[in-house]
Amino acid sequence: MKPTNIFDPTYFHKVVDCQWACPAHTPVPEYIRLIAQERYTEAYMINWDSNVFPGILGRTCDRPCEPACRRVRTEEKPVAICRLKRVAADNKGDITPYIPRVPKVKNGKRIALIGAGPASLAVARDLLPMGYEVHLFEKDPKGGGMMRTQIPAFRLPAAVLEEEVDLILDMGVTSHFGHEITSFKALLEQGFDAYFVGTGAPRGRDLPDVPGREAADPFIHIGIDWLSSVAFGHTTAISGKVIVLGGGNTAMDCCRTSRRIGAEQVTVVVRSAFDVMKASDWEKEDAMSEGIPIINNRPPKEFVVENGKLKGVLFSCVKPVKDDKGRLTYVPSGEPDVFMPADHVLMAIGQDNHCPWIERDIGIEFDKWDCPVLDKVTLQSTDPRVFFGGDAAFGPENIIWASAHAHQAAISIHLYCQGKDLKTDRPPEGVNLISQKMGMHEWSYDAAHDPSKRHLVPHADKRVSLKDVKMEVELGFDRELGYREAQRCLNCDVQTVFTDNLCIECDACVDICPMDCITFTQNGEEPELRERLTAPALNDTQDLYASGVLKTGRIMVKDEDVCLHCGLCAERCPTNAWDMQKSVIHVPQLGSYAS
Amino acid sequence: MTFVAKPAAHHPRLPRNELGLTRRDYEGSVSTLCAGCGHDSVSAAIVQACAELAIPPHRFAKVSGIGCSSKTPTYFLGKSHGFNSVHGRMPSVTTGANLANRELYCIGISGDGDSASIGMGQFAHIVRRRIDMLYIVDNNGTYGLTKGQFSATNDKGSTSKKGAPNLYEPIDLAGIALQLGATFVGRSFSGDKHQLVPLIKAGLLHRGFAFIDVISPCVAFNNHAGSTKSYEYVRGHRGDVVAADFVPKHHEITADYAPGTREDVMMPDGSLLRLRKLADDYDPHDRVDALAYLQRKQREGEVVTGLLYLDADATDCHKILNTVDAPLNSLAEADLCPGNAALASINGTFR
Repeated sequence: MKPTNIFDPTYFHKVVDCQWACPAHTPVPEYIRLIAQERYTEAYMINWDSNVFPGILGRTCDRPCEPACRRVRTEEKPVAICRLKRVAADNKGDITPYIPRVPKVKNGKRIALIGAGPASLAVARDLLPMGYEVHLFEKDPKGGGMMRTQIPAFRLPAAVLEEEVDLILDMGVTSHFGHEITSFKALLEQGFDAYFVGTGAPRGRDLPDVPGREAADPFIHIGIDWLSSVAFGHTTAISGKVIVLGGGNTAMDCCRTSRRIGAEQVTVVVRSAFDVMKASDWEKEDAMSEGIPIINNRPPKEFVVENGKLKGVLFSCVKPVKDDKGRLTYVPSGEPDVFMPADHVLMAIGQDNHCPWIERDIGIEFDKWDCPVLDKVTLQSTDPRVFFGGDAAFGPENIIWASAHAHQAAISIHLYCQGKDLKTDRPPEGVNLISQKMGMHEWSYDAAHDPSKRHLVPHADKRVSLKDVKMEVELGFDRELGYREAQRCLNCDVQTVFTDNLCIECDACVDICPMDCITFTQNGEEPELRERLTAPALNDTQDLYASGVLKTGRIMVKDEDVCLHCGLCAERCPTNAWDMQKSVIHVPQLGSYAS
Repeated sequence: MTFVAKPAAHHPRLPRNELGLTRRDYEGSVSTLCAGCGHDSVSAAIVQACAELAIPPHRFAKVSGIGCSSKTPTYFLGKSHGFNSVHGRMPSVTTGANLANRELYCIGISGDGDSASIGMGQFAHIVRRRIDMLYIVDNNGTYGLTKGQFSATNDKGSTSKKGAPNLYEPIDLAGIALQLGATFVGRSFSGDKHQLVPLIKAGLLHRGFAFIDVISPCVAFNNHAGSTKSYEYVRGHRGDVVAADFVPKHHEITADYAPGTREDVMMPDGSLLRLRKLADDYDPHDRVDALAYLQRKQREGEVVTGLLYLDADATDCHKILNTVDAPLNSLAEADLCPGNAALASINGTFR
């Protein structure tokens, strides 16, 4: 192995598993430490800077950070990162002094944003402090996009949503609400300097070929449209027996909403197996804890209609099997078809990109899945003026991806408007390493390992929350619980940095390391080296940290996999060959230019 | 001194021994010795050896005297018996422990001051008496607790941290142990667990007195350029005579051992000690030649390490004294007071 280049920004970034997994690369351990110090405003601003919607995401994020959390590997349950984000949002003080100032004198460039969802709002936030004139076009009467229309209020209260949406709108966005763009060609003729399309994936999938679909139409609702109609108060009730088709988060939102606005019985029916459902585990758990059964391996066969009224749905029975390549397929299980009575069906089986308003002859190319042809890095379409982000770019993802796209799109738009190259002039990532040593045995972070188990978040009393579609179910951690959960964070951004020419090979670090991460051994090829470490490094997704050659001809190899960042190697090192240094990863954002 | 406690968390795939215990179950509290002290590596080697032997922690008795070395029993085998005794008097206390309960695995930890100066007399006599124990000396050639004076094992001509040379001849504890009839003598280096761990295992299982002199550098006072007990000096001047690989009983011998003259020695519990000669002219079964070799190499400035001498057929003090097979502490009142008739018959033999 070659010695590891720790000054490559990606090396230590990958060690901070949560930050690496976060599409927006939020510096998670940094804000968790601030929460433990009761510095909620600062913790909030770190979040706001990188993911734009901390209060919203603290309730609704898909949490790619949590399965990545090192604690999953060292014990079992990750740090409740998402809930801690909410602790920062719930307890923050006045943030207005920290919001970037928007210049009164504009830079002369006009940008059009289409759709007022998370992607467009985040682009607006990045562009406004640079002096851009930002115009936002939205067909609905209010901003927020899918955050408002598809996420029910019992998961995301309107006040939380509006606070963070309005914060951006009030920075000086020229909003055009209730203004549906029906022709991109016409908009292009208005001569904006650049355009950003953030219209999401607004078309809910249907099952047009299932017999009875047409006859049952009055009793079948497309999930996301129905949720939107509930959000805006157009739909206030649903009656009788409700079947929700689909296994994603939209299905969970549909069933829980139905349960709250009058359905006498709600059942979720999924064509696939429980384990492979797209819904997040906690969403499934919440639905089931509200008494909603989830029935798996039942694809719909027929919508049964009698006398113009829906009677129910006939399902076939399948079972999952793995094919030769290990892929999951479904074959008939041999059980007889199942009929389930229903008065209404909510269809939540996925959603697609859909931009009928973009004419296909104006130079913006689309691929066979009806997604725009984009550069993966710059998010520029085949029309150099036009950029895409959020679900509109590569199909349905989530809010945190929308924030991540927005930062990249904002950089691209800025470079484009400045006449610079979108790739070669793009600001690079960087890393700073800062020693955390304060004294002989003093570290500026809480190095001690906290073995506590993940804390559970309190929920509202079901007897009340199930009757009110607007009552938030999760109550969030209070300050005390927030502190205790924050202490579970392993501070993975405080890195074990090794300086080979200081090492006297006394083995003190090897002896003290609780996780057997460190080995002094002869160099070799990485796969073979992994086998013969103090604890064999079987997790290939985690890097080995290799030093240069030491005096005995050996090298130091550290397996990053289960390091607790407890600092004991540095604590027991007589020569400071080991030091605990905080890695500050610089992920470029448009703000990087402002300084 | 470290304030951060070692977390109880351990590697998810940390091996468990036949008792279901991990190596971590054989640890003690976190060390308060200076960072980088060789003694901590010796403690870690003891932990590893005991865990791999799968002996229940309560079957060990760890006894020590005074000094940096003698602090270390706190840092290993936290769930076994221990006695931190008077300076240089570890051998007496261990003798008592072993005589009272012959089923204990006794580990005596001493230092170069504790054994080669104040405890020299006790050291000599416990070797003679063949107490069934493993006697480890953490040998750093310096009085670390009193800020770095030369100890009796410090080589003549070796310098202090400030450059003053040592004027006196050193005591070679391994050589003295050989001379006084020890049946298992090894010398090793705290920085080489591959060598030290098998030696500790073999020493624990050896029936009789086992002695290991471990060169264990003092980072604070004896790890400088003029020292002959520094990490760098020992690494540069080591001559390994016999490697001892420990093969547990019922263990299929599949490992690829390096070439060399090989000899398997059966240990009392049925495990094997596989000896590999690394120096052609060395015989670990010849006490007289071993002693001569040691002295010759010492003159040449070489630190001879490895298994220096082994008498696989050795016996211990219990055999010499013909004591009962059961531990004394397990004898019931009826065994200890067999009654008037027995007393009369004993008295009769003196008439």
